[in-house]
Amino acid sequence: MATKKVICTFCGSVCDDVEFDVEEFKPKKFCKLGRSKFSKKERIKAPMIDGKEVSYEEAIQKAAEILVNAKKPLLYGWASTANEAIRLGVILTEKVRGVYDQCASVCHAPGTLAVIEEGIPGASLGAIKNRADLVIFWGSNPMEAHPRHPLRYSMSAKGLLIKGRNDRKVVVVDVRKTKTAKKADVFVQIKPGYDYPVISALRALIKGEDIDVDEVGGVSKEQLKELAEMMKNAKYGVIFYGLGVTQSRGRDRNIENAVKLIQLLNRYTRFVIWPMRGHYNVVGSGEVPAWEVGYQYAIDFSRGYPRFSPAEFSANEVLQREDCDAALVIAADPVAHFPKESVKHLKKIPVIQIDPFPNMTTLVANVVIPSAVYGLEAEGTAYRMDGIPLRVKKVIDTEYWSDEKILEELLKKVVELRGE
Amino acid sequence: MVKSMIEVEVISGRTLDQGATVEEKLTDEYFKAVNYCELNEEDYNTLGLAEGDRVKVKTEFGEVVVFAKKSDELPKGVAFIPMGPYANQIIDPSTDSTGMPQYKGIKATIEKTDEKVLSVKELLEVI
Amino acid sequence: MHHILHIKNGIVIDPKNGIKAEKMDIFVKEGKIVEESEIDKSQCKVIDASNKLVVAGGVDMHAHIAGSKINTGRTMRPEEMRMVRQIANKFRATVGRVLLTSPAIGYEYAKMGYTTSFEAAQPPIGALHTHEELDAIPMVDKAALPVFGNWHFVLKYVAEKDIEKLKTFIAWAIERTKGFGVKVVNPGGVEAWMYGKNCRNLDDEVPNFGITPREIITSLIKATEELNLCHSVHLHCNNLGNPGNFETTIETMKLANGFSNDKRQVLHVTHVQFNAYAGSSWRDVGSGAAEIAKYVNSVDNITIDMGAAIFGHATAMTGDAPFQFTLHKLLNARWCNKDSEIEGGAGIVPIMYLPKNPVHALQWAIGLELGLLIDSDKVVLTTDFPNGGPFTEYPYVMAMLMSKKMREKELEKVSPFVQKAANLPSIETEKSLEEVIHMTRDLPAKILGLENKGHLGVGADADIAIYNLNPNEIDTSNDYELINKAFRNALYTIKGGTIIVKDGQLVEEVWGTTYWVDATKNVDMKAIEDDLNEYFDLYYSIEKENYGVEEAWIKNPTRLVMG
Repeated sequence: MATKKVICTFCGSVCDDVEFDVEEFKPKKFCKLGRSKFSKKERIKAPMIDGKEVSYEEAIQKAAEILVNAKKPLLYGWASTANEAIRLGVILTEKVRGVYDQCASVCHAPGTLAVIEEGIPGASLGAIKNRADLVIFWGSNPMEAHPRHPLRYSMSAKGLLIKGRNDRKVVVVDVRKTKTAKKADVFVQIKPGYDYPVISALRALIKGEDIDVDEVGGVSKEQLKELAEMMKNAKYGVIFYGLGVTQSRGRDRNIENAVKLIQLLNRYTRFVIWPMRGHYNVVGSGEVPAWEVGYQYAIDFSRGYPRFSPAEFSANEVLQREDCDAALVIAADPVAHFPKESVKHLKKIPVIQIDPFPNMTTLVANVVIPSAVYGLEAEGTAYRMDGIPLRVKKVIDTEYWSDEKILEELLKKVVELRGE
Repeated sequence: MVKSMIEVEVISGRTLDQGATVEEKLTDEYFKAVNYCELNEEDYNTLGLAEGDRVKVKTEFGEVVVFAKKSDELPKGVAFIPMGPYANQIIDPSTDSTGMPQYKGIKATIEKTDEKVLSVKELLEVI
Repeated sequence: MHHILHIKNGIVIDPKNGIKAEKMDIFVKEGKIVEESEIDKSQCKVIDASNKLVVAGGVDMHAHIAGSKINTGRTMRPEEMRMVRQIANKFRATVGRVLLTSPAIGYEYAKMGYTTSFEAAQPPIGALHTHEELDAIPMVDKAALPVFGNWHFVLKYVAEKDIEKLKTFIAWAIERTKGFGVKVVNPGGVEAWMYGKNCRNLDDEVPNFGITPREIITSLIKATEELNLCHSVHLHCNNLGNPGNFETTIETMKLANGFSNDKRQVLHVTHVQFNAYAGSSWRDVGSGAAEIAKYVNSVDNITIDMGAAIFGHATAMTGDAPFQFTLHKLLNARWCNKDSEIEGGAGIVPIMYLPKNPVHALQWAIGLELGLLIDSDKVVLTTDFPNGGPFTEYPYVMAMLMSKKMREKELEKVSPFVQKAANLPSIETEKSLEEVIHMTRDLPAKILGLENKGHLGVGADADIAIYNLNPNEIDTSNDYELINKAFRNALYTIKGGTIIVKDGQLVEEVWGTTYWVDATKNVDMKAIEDDLNEYFDLYYSIEKENYGVEEAWIKNPTRLVMG
């Protein structure tokens, strides 16, 4: 049969009910984002050193030399590759005494900081689809970033206690009326940067206290009271939060406050909160280093043991301080996604890139190593946004090496060059 | 009344088109998906903009020329640029010790301009 | 690697084979203990173990070492991960105070002479994550116990009183999770938590299912016994952590009445310390350990493990989600929770045990009381790592079990509340070295059904520990400091015939095997196929075909087929 069931490797929804026609090279049932991943696109044709095509072995040799000769290399990315590769990456970073950072540092890492401050009262997506009669998207726009999430897990998903969209209320809290807001039952518009006080106001109202202002962050007292009542009266509520809160003023404090809100709500009813992770295995890019070396991101190995400090060792900090003298970028595109202050330094230092597709980082990379696409050409383990592990499939043969294989060889070369 | 410059808060973020082309950054489709700034209709009209016009977005941290678009999603005073190299010319690089630059909620001025929108490669040259 | 070993003149304690501190040679070839006649003495490496204690490698039958809640614990507690144990060199860098990274777990067990460790609670849908973390732990052999007591299939079959389908389901589930046996955590209570409730008593009704914990436990014991799994039901009782709960524990243990098994217990009750409280509130709480001990000693089909509390830092992490919320409120502490599909849940809360705190001191005392009062044939030494404390403190517990004097000294440092609330001050018992070795080696191996672990008979896996102690000269009542010290750093740890530790230092890194149990032979999967398809279609968030772990994804699996 030409049509195979596959697991999508684009966003954190990791839909595992999608199909791919291997003969026609055609994705079926995917959303627009997944379709783009599983379509024919321009690939990096061959390994390159300074623009000249070379063999995998030669590129890996050069990459190993760059890493071993660097005093403090930055190894960044990891969110769109499989755990097997990430584990090798962590071990490699330890070997070369570099800095390990992953995409969450510009995405959901503030949520990790909030976990450190308060913990996280959460649930898997299945528990939510089965039970949640109140779904709140806060600073999150799944219609554009996780298109099938509403159907599979949240807005219109059917489950044990919830038989359909009408059995639940959907609320969107955002600074603008997004596509998701247009599908919600209630839209709460807040002023940019005012999530924190709005959450504080809700906490007070839920506790039965009065707030002595007419509005908070652009939200009227009436609306706040209504929302507080909805939350308290839900049987099982969920706040899905996104970059609207992690990337705005307050960052981790916003989420910390939201977690405190959920802790409070659990004294009245059942309520959970969970981040809408963006990439299909950004969770893995944090979980793997956590078990290997104790932390999820911003990890420095220059002393021979892992040290965690987001203020010092996250990629943007390291780059802006010019505190790295080489970079390995895998499954990411910091040249496109980092502020220009950070990109300046990436233009100056030797950069190794491992990726299937050419992107802006390719334009500054000295060594480019093309890899296979996980979920299509390579098999491996990924963790969905709620941490559920799924084994993404290989349905197409390819000449390209998997990230796992590239890193395995790279690690061997590094060990050899270090004389161990 | 048409004004030459307005003050807004800029947010950058994901869009479906940006996401669908995120692994094709050197294509025209990606260029089109990230090279614009959306404004609320009132703000758009205040600047006297029309289809295809460009604006210069300036913040404390940098400036960038992008195409201007109207949006019914935005309130007055809030502008949206899709996440990507154009937005990253003007957002706040400082992380407040969290590691996370401030990609959303940056005070900016916006004015109409005749300068052209640089391609992705040209943008990289000037960084 | 050293394939052929001759451990010479050691003083061997091997309770399973009746060897009590006798001078004896041990021979190792190709990872197994063999007869002397199998060894070519000219080819082998000799270890001079003269006057040193030689025992099997330790078996930790209940610890939280791998999986999503362990990792979330690490993530939440960078303060725990900051302690540097080892700088990267030939071996991995390791960090961790009580919580440890995966490499640290393997290395620390090895240094202590432990060679097997079981992950106590594996969330079924997260099984692959548990295996990834187990595969990141070097040195030890391992396995994981999937959790059944709140899984909707189980609740359904218990409600329908269908033991056949329950058996089939258990076999299917253990195969899919590549797990080892039937773990049960607060049966019914975690499902109740989805509604903000709990099931603290055996006859509390599980919402929407019309069944009780009593029925769940009894049905699971019946199914497990009929399947003849190598390990019995492994139970974390209802009502954990509440004053007066020792009565629930005894009532629960009575559910084992009427079941019997030639080879092993029919019910293993875990970390009983947390379920051994008397009294009615935190004001008049006391020890219920004596009553529990009396009951356990009077029956022959139940075993327990201590779940001892150790003063210092700890992290409460269990599948008992409602209890974790209670703990969060009690301590005003950080709290993680994860409701998981239709399978159960988990919770994590950072905690500490302070000697001057009356309740903590009582918990500390109760753990020890269980170890002292219960027949050594029925109680295994654990700290329910990291709930009670670090596994690296097992030597402390061992020394305390053997020395009244040591206990007296410790009692001077703790809250005086213990004098009236606990039995410990009046307990004279001093376990012998043989008994303590039994409680940490062959007894846990027997309870788990691992025939080749925990002993030094011919055919056993060559997992051996040599300690700097002469059992014939040591006075276990008085030399407690020497005992505590000696068991922390093995003179030699041998894993599968390879010397991995020497003088408490790592010398070689090896990778163990992951055991899993295949009980599918004697059941017909078709019987539950429709139910599986229905539940996956309606209530799961992933496809049935993507559920579970294939053997090929595990680094070094060992399949144990149940006949």
